Amino acid sequence: MSATDHSEPTRRDFLYVATGMAGAVGVAGAAWPFIDQLRPDASTLALASIDVDVSSIESGMSVTVKWRGKPVFIRNRTDKEVEDAKAVPMADLKDPVARNENQPAEADATDLARSAGEGKENWIVMVGSCTHLGCVPLGQAGDFGGWFCPCHGSHYDTAGRIRKGPAPQNLHIPHYAFTSDTVVKIG
Amino acid sequence: MHSILKGLAALGLVLAAGAAGAQEHAAEGDHAEGGTPHYPLVAPVEQDWSFAGPFGTYDIGQLQRGLKVYRESCAACHSMRLVPFRSLEALGYNEAQVRTIAAEYTIVDGPNASGDMFERPGVPSDRFPSPFPNAEAAASANNGAAPPDFSLIAKARTVTRGFPTFVFDIFTQYAEGGPDYIYGLLTGYTEAPASFELQPGTHYNPHFINGAAFSMPPPLQNDQIEYDDDTPRTVDNYARDVAAFLMWAAEPHLEARKKTGFVVMIFLVLFSGLVYLTKRKIWGAVAH
Amino acid sequence: MSGGHHAHGSYQPTTGIGRWIDARLPLPRLMYDSFVAYPVPRNLNYAYTFGGILTIMLVLQIVTGVVLAMHYGANTVVAFNSVEHIMRDVNSGWLIRYMHANGASFFFIAVYIHIFRGLYYGSYKAPREMLWILGVIIYALMMATGFFGYVLPWGQMSFWGATVITGFFSAIPLVGEWVQQLLLGGFAVDNPTLNRFFSLHYLLPFMIAGVVVLHVWALHVTGQTNPTGIEVKSKGDTVPFSPHATAKDAFAMFVFLAVFAYFVFYIPNFLGHPDNYTPADPLKTPAHIVPEWYYLPFYAILRAITFNIGPIDSKLGGVLAMAASILVLFFVPWLDTSKVRSAVYRPWYKLFFWIFAADCLFLGWLGSKPAEGAYVVMSQIGTLYYFGFFFIIMPLLGLIETPRRLPNSITEAVLAKQKQPAAAALPASEPAGHH
Repeated sequence: MSATDHSEPTRRDFLYVATGMAGAVGVAGAAWPFIDQLRPDASTLALASIDVDVSSIESGMSVTVKWRGKPVFIRNRTDKEVEDAKAVPMADLKDPVARNENQPAEADATDLARSAGEGKENWIVMVGSCTHLGCVPLGQAGDFGGWFCPCHGSHYDTAGRIRKGPAPQNLHIPHYAFTSDTVVKIG
Repeated sequence: MHSILKGLAALGLVLAAGAAGAQEHAAEGDHAEGGTPHYPLVAPVEQDWSFAGPFGTYDIGQLQRGLKVYRESCAACHSMRLVPFRSLEALGYNEAQVRTIAAEYTIVDGPNASGDMFERPGVPSDRFPSPFPNAEAAASANNGAAPPDFSLIAKARTVTRGFPTFVFDIFTQYAEGGPDYIYGLLTGYTEAPASFELQPGTHYNPHFINGAAFSMPPPLQNDQIEYDDDTPRTVDNYARDVAAFLMWAAEPHLEARKKTGFVVMIFLVLFSGLVYLTKRKIWGAVAH
Repeated sequence: MSGGHHAHGSYQPTTGIGRWIDARLPLPRLMYDSFVAYPVPRNLNYAYTFGGILTIMLVLQIVTGVVLAMHYGANTVVAFNSVEHIMRDVNSGWLIRYMHANGASFFFIAVYIHIFRGLYYGSYKAPREMLWILGVIIYALMMATGFFGYVLPWGQMSFWGATVITGFFSAIPLVGEWVQQLLLGGFAVDNPTLNRFFSLHYLLPFMIAGVVVLHVWALHVTGQTNPTGIEVKSKGDTVPFSPHATAKDAFAMFVFLAVFAYFVFYIPNFLGHPDNYTPADPLKTPAHIVPEWYYLPFYAILRAITFNIGPIDSKLGGVLAMAASILVLFFVPWLDTSKVRSAVYRPWYKLFFWIFAADCLFLGWLGSKPAEGAYVVMSQIGTLYYFGFFFIIMPLLGLIETPRRLPNSITEAVLAKQKQPAAAALPASEPAGHH
């Protein structure tokens, strides 16, 4: 049914294949902007880091700030909370990894590795999203006096480590730094 | 197909002749009736811009100078509420320099924990703020004419080109009507003719798009702004540089657009050629 | 007459799964019959490729539109800024938005060529009246969609265009004001207006797609016309849709897309209006309100009626004339009394057709000019010819014109044409070919 050109079958086939391949490249190229537009845009990325003044947070108090559309817990822990967390044997931890972006990926989930570090062990900064399915855990609640997620019953200790319930990982710690004694830069 | 093409060609000729004649006639009509004069009185003159044409790119040095003119002259009245400081990285500034520029502006933010609005230095995600708290304040401080925002001014002020020029513009890719207009306006203040009654608080400028009396006083003088390079400090250069900067502010992705366009055009032309050859092979044996 | 008579082959599923599907939902069979074996006249020229081009433009507008809606905010407070957010911050946002804005214009360019092709070759004549009417409905829906879409960026032209066009309805006697408020959801164009226009702008393209399905269905019932206007008489008059028409349509489509891309990438604001880069201000009208270019001829007709006609004042008269200038298209199949379909064999109709085409461009140019002085008189002359073409020339010419001798069949016409270029054969064949 097509116009057959018996004398030059190879040239014709080549033409069809070349056209088809160029068409495929064109389709892929045309599709890219439509996928590209789904990525976070420039204004979203520009808000990727925030500065938080923590000078007014006394021991035993917390603030929740919004960072990248999620809550971040900043808690000035009491000495007792720090001691409790330090006393937990590593073997009791469900997730033994620190989950701290300021630490090496495989760092152990010791209390020090979860906190803001030497001299600032009282500070803990965590993304307030349960690692199970993303609900916001309640502070100073649950079986371990840390955080408790009401959605599916995950219990975190005072260092934000998962101890009981369906959540697979410790609460994540974002990239952050104290740019001065009173200002934390998150992101 | 031939008859259609012939018809189209004839149509084009008739139209060109007819419309040109009609326009002349209509123009005469305007004068005869002494109807509403058409502004601007002086049409913008096409200037040379580095960003014109299919391979146009912004001149970074010019944009930096234009930013300086904007900040030291225009920004006293004109905001750029759609242009964030972070986008200045496209002008060749690094992150620290952008932070410094942003911090020189005061941003009203809030409410804070006690419910009050407060002022803070700008950060890169902020936009060029207005020096006035709201449009009403801007208008009352400027004889009732609020200074327009500058984010899109280079695309929002284009003088109609008329037939047949606009047809040629398709082929010359003329898209610099905005900067041409801004340059003409800033360098276009002159003495009002004796017959023209200038209202107090206005300034005669035949390049102004909405009349001949312009409420903005001449904003630029020679040697007013220090350039970091050795470009002569003249009103002409200030006007040219700030017009280029405003084009960038209005169309920040112009370079990406033209670069992508070149690849797309090459592809479409080559691919059309391939499809044409395929089509010819398929139709080769069929008389049609 | 129907496509089935001269179909080039029939669908034979070769695999088990193919036969299984064919017995339950013969969608592949439908596709095969419609887009592979479907016979098309062998003498179609490039003016007949715009149906395919329009399909791709509709798809492009829907795809880019759905994407833009992901980033757009239909609220007067944020609408303008959200469009600029797309232009500045969204990845590739400028490209998608410029494609959508220019895509509307190119959609209309294609539809105008498609409509004028129909008028030239008499494609609306029996038995294709339904096909033509469905096409006019698509065109009307396109105009509504384009209007709603132009309001969404909430610039000065958006606002004042919406004000003027909804003002047309206030000309209706007795209920005009009520109808206008119904459209606006208030006393002037405002947030309720923007919200409903966004909703309708999202809805109408899918209605267009629905009517397009009917349009294609009607086309496949009667088969295509062709430049001779003679119906297909034998299988030899046709070629199979695939690969012949597909290859030709694809070539035309990519040439069209290349022109489209030129506008998108190099002069993306050429067809737009600078005032739409100024946010809507209900207290300040721009000096010249101009609709989008594709409405300009109708706008000129609206403004040409500057006088009262009996009890009808000029405002209502203008609106009625404008409405009539679109509605008249529905009646074209019955206004044309000629026995001969194609303008190729109608020397007088051909002349009047080209004057009509020039008149539409002339009216378009006038629509962009201020309504004063000589422009008004010229608009009135243009309007007179516009209606004269449909109501006087079309009916009368069919009765008095002597058409040229028609060939006996499409094949005969093709073979007669083949001999001419063979005599003056130049080795390098023209890219446009000889059709």
